[in-house]
Amino acid sequence: MSDQIMTMSHAAPRRAAPPAWRKPVLMGAPIVLLLTVFLVFPVGQLLALSVYNGQGFTLAPYQQLFSSSLYVTVLWITLKISLATTLVSVAGAYPIAYLISVAKGPAKSRLIFWVLLSFWTSFLVRAFAWVIILGRNGVINGTLMSLGITDRPIDLLYGFGSVLVGMVHAMLPLAVMTMLAVMENIDRTLPRAASTLGARPGTAFWTVYFPLSLPGVAAAAIMVFVSAIGFFIVPALLGGRRETMITQLIIDQIQQTLNWGLAGAISVLLLTVVLAVFVLYDRVFGFATLTGETAGATHNRDTAMRRLGGRVLGLLGAASDALIGLFPRRRPRGTGETPSTALRTVVWAMLVLISLPAFLMIPLSFGKAGLAWPPTGFSLQWYEQLFQSPLWMQALTRSLVVAFGTGLLSMAIGVPAAFLMVRSRMRAKGAMLAFILSPVIVPRMIIAVGMFYLFAQMGLVGTILGLVIGHTVVAVPYVVMTMTAVLRNYDTRLDLAAQSLGARPLAALRHVTFPILGAGMLSSFLFAFATSFDELTISLFSSGGLSATLPKQFWDEVTLQVSPVIAAVSTGLLVFVAVLIYAADRLRRRSLAS
Amino acid sequence: MSSSSLTVQGLAKRYGDFVALAPTDLVVADGEFLTLLGPSGSGKTTLLSLLAGLVPPDEGIVRIGAQDVTYAPPYERDIGVVFQNYALFPHMTIAENIAFPLKMRKIPEAEAKKRAREALEMVHLPHIAGRYPRELSGGQQQRVALARCMVYKPSIILMDEPLGALDKKLREHMQLEIKHLHRELGTTVVYVTHDQEEAMTMSDRICLMNSGRIEQLGTPADLYFRPRTLFVADFLGESNLLPAALGPRLGDEAEIRLGSAGIPGRALANGQDLPPGSSVRVMVRPQNLSIARPSGDETAVMGRVSDVMVTGSLTKVYMQPLDAALPPLVAAFATRNEAEAIRIDDVLALSWDSRDAVVIPDRAPAAVAGIAAKAA
Ligand SMILES: Nc1ncnc2c1ncn2[C@@H]1O[C@H](COP(=O)(O)OP(=O)(O)O)[C@@H](O)[C@H]1O
Ligand SMILES: [Mg+2]
Repeated sequence: MSDQIMTMSHAAPRRAAPPAWRKPVLMGAPIVLLLTVFLVFPVGQLLALSVYNGQGFTLAPYQQLFSSSLYVTVLWITLKISLATTLVSVAGAYPIAYLISVAKGPAKSRLIFWVLLSFWTSFLVRAFAWVIILGRNGVINGTLMSLGITDRPIDLLYGFGSVLVGMVHAMLPLAVMTMLAVMENIDRTLPRAASTLGARPGTAFWTVYFPLSLPGVAAAAIMVFVSAIGFFIVPALLGGRRETMITQLIIDQIQQTLNWGLAGAISVLLLTVVLAVFVLYDRVFGFATLTGETAGATHNRDTAMRRLGGRVLGLLGAASDALIGLFPRRRPRGTGETPSTALRTVVWAMLVLISLPAFLMIPLSFGKAGLAWPPTGFSLQWYEQLFQSPLWMQALTRSLVVAFGTGLLSMAIGVPAAFLMVRSRMRAKGAMLAFILSPVIVPRMIIAVGMFYLFAQMGLVGTILGLVIGHTVVAVPYVVMTMTAVLRNYDTRLDLAAQSLGARPLAALRHVTFPILGAGMLSSFLFAFATSFDELTISLFSSGGLSATLPKQFWDEVTLQVSPVIAAVSTGLLVFVAVLIYAADRLRRRSLAS
Repeated sequence: MSSSSLTVQGLAKRYGDFVALAPTDLVVADGEFLTLLGPSGSGKTTLLSLLAGLVPPDEGIVRIGAQDVTYAPPYERDIGVVFQNYALFPHMTIAENIAFPLKMRKIPEAEAKKRAREALEMVHLPHIAGRYPRELSGGQQQRVALARCMVYKPSIILMDEPLGALDKKLREHMQLEIKHLHRELGTTVVYVTHDQEEAMTMSDRICLMNSGRIEQLGTPADLYFRPRTLFVADFLGESNLLPAALGPRLGDEAEIRLGSAGIPGRALANGQDLPPGSSVRVMVRPQNLSIARPSGDETAVMGRVSDVMVTGSLTKVYMQPLDAALPPLVAAFATRNEAEAIRIDDVLALSWDSRDAVVIPDRAPAAVAGIAAKAA
């Protein structure tokens, strides 16, 4: 009591309270600044280069763009590949995400581990694995010939099929993770309620569960589509001339002809398509679904579309029930919620399929024969070569430093932004979210080229700082998204409780908020770390010729002179990722247990 | 009211080594309102899920009417379930939610619409048909869940703590409304709650559960005045539980000797089949105690008043018996005039009619054996 009086009398000449707008501005300023200077400005500059050639206004790049059918054809191919990738990835991801969302305990952790392992295994490793599998001396041809099924190798590589396989393999884990965020939030009692109301399993799934999971499907589809449209690793390694994608044209303009104007014009084309897709998405589903917000934010009332959808789903349900009815019914066992054996078999088969390619690199890395299948003998020569190569070792060090810096910077900028998104009642929240997500929306290639131009002006090309900034721009949205999800589940009353017990805001943050959020923060950090560690597009340009990162070094090797050292590097990366995921999971569990 | 609507025989459920429901028998009469009451984790939801077919049993039989439905899926049982969180489909309007079970039963759309409208009128919400669940208050969602369950007239309605999420006032209102609907429709209801007052006000019979088994099954009055175990006596309202030695039987009563002094008295034998000399507890409800005017039918305990609390219309008097082997007693009287009031440190005798006292076996022998085994 007397304490209170004392503090009150001391507080008399108190400073004026800071204005209410100051805190949100301080929390939001870093991310706005980062994205404005290193995303909006460089991309804008690149787009401007398409109509400004140093002397004045010009439309020459656009004339060039549309004078031959080349660019439009390539755009069409790009869209075709991206769309096919999206359809196959989403369809394949659905059962996996579904099984994960209904699984419990260790089964769930196992499933997530294998999805994450694929998710974080470098795109390069996975794409390169397909070169090994599908190549003329590859796994499939080797097996077919040794079995005597064919006597000449079949051309499996460099076609639409191989690109699609590689693309789907690259995007499937992303689709699973995106869908899962929505599926985890679907109330499990709803399908059960449907069944007590008379719905058979097929009908319960299609009329209740599926509509509720649709926002997840949509979110996964758009994430995959946008990533696919800006992707170049897979078409470059697995595609032929007819599978050239538009990003490869941009690379050519910069690396070979330094035609900034045309690169800008192609970027405008690409960006227009992507933005159109996003605007459509926002109209139908709303951006909020991208961060795993529960379904049902935007319901259109009783429209004809909705009724038609209901009919179709009802029919699908009846059809599935008829199909299920063909099989003899087993006596139910267990907890009553165990997913069917058929579903588990299919999902595990898919998980094996997406994990296997990277694992093929392990036997190759210890073989004597190089990259031809099957591996023969045992040797450590590729590892010796790897450790003796200054190029690889410097690249590794540089990548670790950059990834660590990116992790720290992304957290410093992203965490306050996430707090802002969750806690404040900004009116412009939707716009802010779209802005924060823009590095994901804008195709990576456009960001990379724009940034290269800016870094060249600023003398940041080839510097660690430049790479850290570049990677932070693309990593920070993921930090904000994961932290937003974490914070949304965090009971803010705990802070108030801490403050009511005498903790000042910062002390409450340190003693209550952070310890509880530790696991979430760690996974955000790792997300940023891994994003940077596997980043190739920005590094391709901004690392300069000499200071390569690990992915850049990998890329140079696979495109110039394929050496078995790559198998050794791939194996190393695979082990590194597996250990990282395992450690993160253990840490997460320990923090939950305490 | 006489034919049985639901029969359960030897029904059991284990999760690994954990017994969620020990083999259980239960018969629910047609049109009965039966409540499963018990502390959290006692197996109420497990039993209800087994009845609904949401979880398959390890052993036992469930019959609805004459039909064996033990392993039938929920959609083939003639039941309705009201879930604790209501489980309204968020992507369907209220009208669509209510019409859903009718659609599943292939009832023509026009007819389904009509019946959905009637169901909504029954729960006094005819105007919200076009809204989505999230646009309703908790109480409204609760009523919609009821309407969705009643619209197809299942022969049994199962409710798992349906009022758990509502505030006290609304809860009491909804208790009345559910009771009213039950009377109007005559459906059999199996209702789960952990709130003993709710169970007492609503039920024809209460099935009190504890650690996966039925502790006692009977009317609210049975359980309240004639509990058969210490757990039941303790769980339902306040009670005085006095240690005593059992004497010989006299008709439906038994002689008892209370505490170390062996104060003589009688209590209802309560159908307990215990040998004379057993150590038992004698239960008396606080409102059955009165200030002693000893006569033949009464048992009295002397003690010193340790606390007096006026709780509105009732005054509670806490008394420490002079016999230290007896626990403190609590008696409840109608609050009287200041002049007549009892004061702390008064010495008085509390007595009760032997018809208001019942014999309950002391702590289960198994528990004693368990402690002995641990000590050994
Ligand atoms: N699926 C399950 N797996 C393992 N244990 C369970 C499962 N469901 C219920 N239990 C356990 O069974 C016991 C009884 O649960 P429940 O029937 O839900 O109790 P109540 O509804 O009375 O609170 C609890 O201890 C609970 O932990
Ligand atoms: Mg329960």
